[in-house]
Amino acid sequence: MEKVFEIIDHTADIGIIAYGSDIEQLFSHAALALFSLITEPESIEEKLQRDLEIISQDKDSLLIEWLNELIYLFDSEHILFNRFKIESLGDDQLRATCYGEKFDPSRHRIKIGVKAATYHMLKVDEDSQGYKAQVIFDI
Amino acid sequence: MREQRSNSGWQCQLVKIDDYRWQIPQDYKAGMKVPGLIYASEAMLKSIRKEQTLEQVANVAFLPGVVKFSFAMPDIHWGYGFPIGGVAAMSTKDGVISPGGVGYDINCGVRLLRTNLNEEEVRPKINQLINELFKNIPSGLGSEGKIRVSQKEMSELMVEGARWAVRHGFGWEEDLEVTEEGGCLKGADPSKISEKAIKRGMPQAGTLGSGNHFLEVQVVKEIFDPRVASVMGIDGLGQVLVLIHTGSRGFGHQVCTDHLRVMEEAASKYGIKLPDRQLACAPIESKEGQDYLAAMACAANYAWNNRQCIAHWARESFSKVFGKSPGELGMKQVYDVCHNVAKIEEHTVDGQKLKVCVHRKGATRAFPAGHKDIPPLYKEIGQPVLIPGDMGRCSFVAVGTQKAMDETFGSTCHGAGRVLSRGAAKRSLKGRDIVQELESRGITVKAGSISSLAEEASQAYKDVTEVMDVVHQAGISKKIAMAVPLGVIKG
Repeated sequence: MEKVFEIIDHTADIGIIAYGSDIEQLFSHAALALFSLITEPESIEEKLQRDLEIISQDKDSLLIEWLNELIYLFDSEHILFNRFKIESLGDDQLRATCYGEKFDPSRHRIKIGVKAATYHMLKVDEDSQGYKAQVIFDI
Repeated sequence: MREQRSNSGWQCQLVKIDDYRWQIPQDYKAGMKVPGLIYASEAMLKSIRKEQTLEQVANVAFLPGVVKFSFAMPDIHWGYGFPIGGVAAMSTKDGVISPGGVGYDINCGVRLLRTNLNEEEVRPKINQLINELFKNIPSGLGSEGKIRVSQKEMSELMVEGARWAVRHGFGWEEDLEVTEEGGCLKGADPSKISEKAIKRGMPQAGTLGSGNHFLEVQVVKEIFDPRVASVMGIDGLGQVLVLIHTGSRGFGHQVCTDHLRVMEEAASKYGIKLPDRQLACAPIESKEGQDYLAAMACAANYAWNNRQCIAHWARESFSKVFGKSPGELGMKQVYDVCHNVAKIEEHTVDGQKLKVCVHRKGATRAFPAGHKDIPPLYKEIGQPVLIPGDMGRCSFVAVGTQKAMDETFGSTCHGAGRVLSRGAAKRSLKGRDIVQELESRGITVKAGSISSLAEEASQAYKDVTEVMDVVHQAGISKKIAMAVPLGVIKG
């Protein structure tokens, strides 16, 4: 089976390596990895959707700001997402529809509080296999 | 899950100054403007070298306007851009301000309250007390405050800090006198705060949070300097204290995230070459620099308001359990320090007065006796410095010294410092029950998440006693008293 993401353990924080056959899938898998740090993604049902638009300077910042936007939505509105449809992705702009639901303490177990996606040790690579991105989160 | 290894660690040569000071020479890397100075024992260096932390100390030495040294305290560990346990002072004339030099959790800090209760009186009621504290103090992931602030009140709170809480009946006026900066950093400007930060901050006002934040009921186990301790109202062994450790929650994180983005662009606009993207910065005097300082002050004030509210609820909880008013229980505040902040201060460098922006990231201000910025009560003993350890060991009360003023821009360590990742900390327990393990050592714990509790196991941290010994021996602070936990609440 093709790899979606893995979790990496870091002294003060935690990180992910996400994989994708194309850049859109990479962004979608990175977001899924983020929510798998926060809770069990299988426990999230699709009850609401959010359209997001991110504008940034380059692909690296676009990835970080995409993840930070999702962290913000969880922290401020308590929304958990488990599916991400990337509508368009350019060099400095991303449009996506995200599906999920409001946090429900009776059904969702929160594993850790992720506070920010960082630029530290950020790596976005492309090879013949596809795309790969490493992101470290502040928790 | 796999462990991230920073290849073979950091093996470059350090120059030994004495048993507690080590230098990274300025010529270690081209671009360093000053040498690095590390406060550590030889034994601690071994563990510090396992990560790329010292490379980060060298990277900070690249920043424009950095004066004297890029400092590392003995509790140093890997951080974003700047190491945690790092101190760097930049001249306000030609220096920069970097959000990475403050950290995400702006004004994460510690507040200490004392009581006139002793261990014999508290231990029989510790379960009841911990339950009451846990019930009364909002904590944990996604926890929302008991105080509901409107947008207008949020703006007031950002400007007023701890005073906002006192004005609304949370705590005492005298608490402000024994809080760093009086619990209010000047220059806070809510117009520099994003909508997002406000939306994240409003529901979390007055909450303890999760992760490494806690409230601890402690017992004084050792007093090293009875005269100084008694000025702080710490009078004898067995006395019960309350230590509160929290910061600016999601609000501070959003402020940092927002301004890192601005600083990224600013760094290239001002032609600042950085060895690490996470060191993004702007000249202190630039619009970007001033905007960050104004926003950072809002987050610092939000954090002080948090600790002020929590102190009030801690007093209420004690009052309920012991049937006496907080006043009758002698629950005065000893002090409140921040350990993630940047401040404009005046220091003497090579005999000249110099205005600098001191970044303290995982480091504590440690001003000496007689300094104008410490409260009259402590003028003769120096500024109290509060050094929390992990929940299974102990914490220290210390004071600032003239040597800190002369050497480290009046700064010292902030705590124990992590050595194991969260995953490794859990694995180190090998399935043992952390709650039972602590109970067997006489420590009652109540936590919102057992999983996050395991991540904070003692094994995950350096021994704070070693950290304290280094700063004491090096003379950048003086240890006064040591306390051990009796009960802990965590998110």
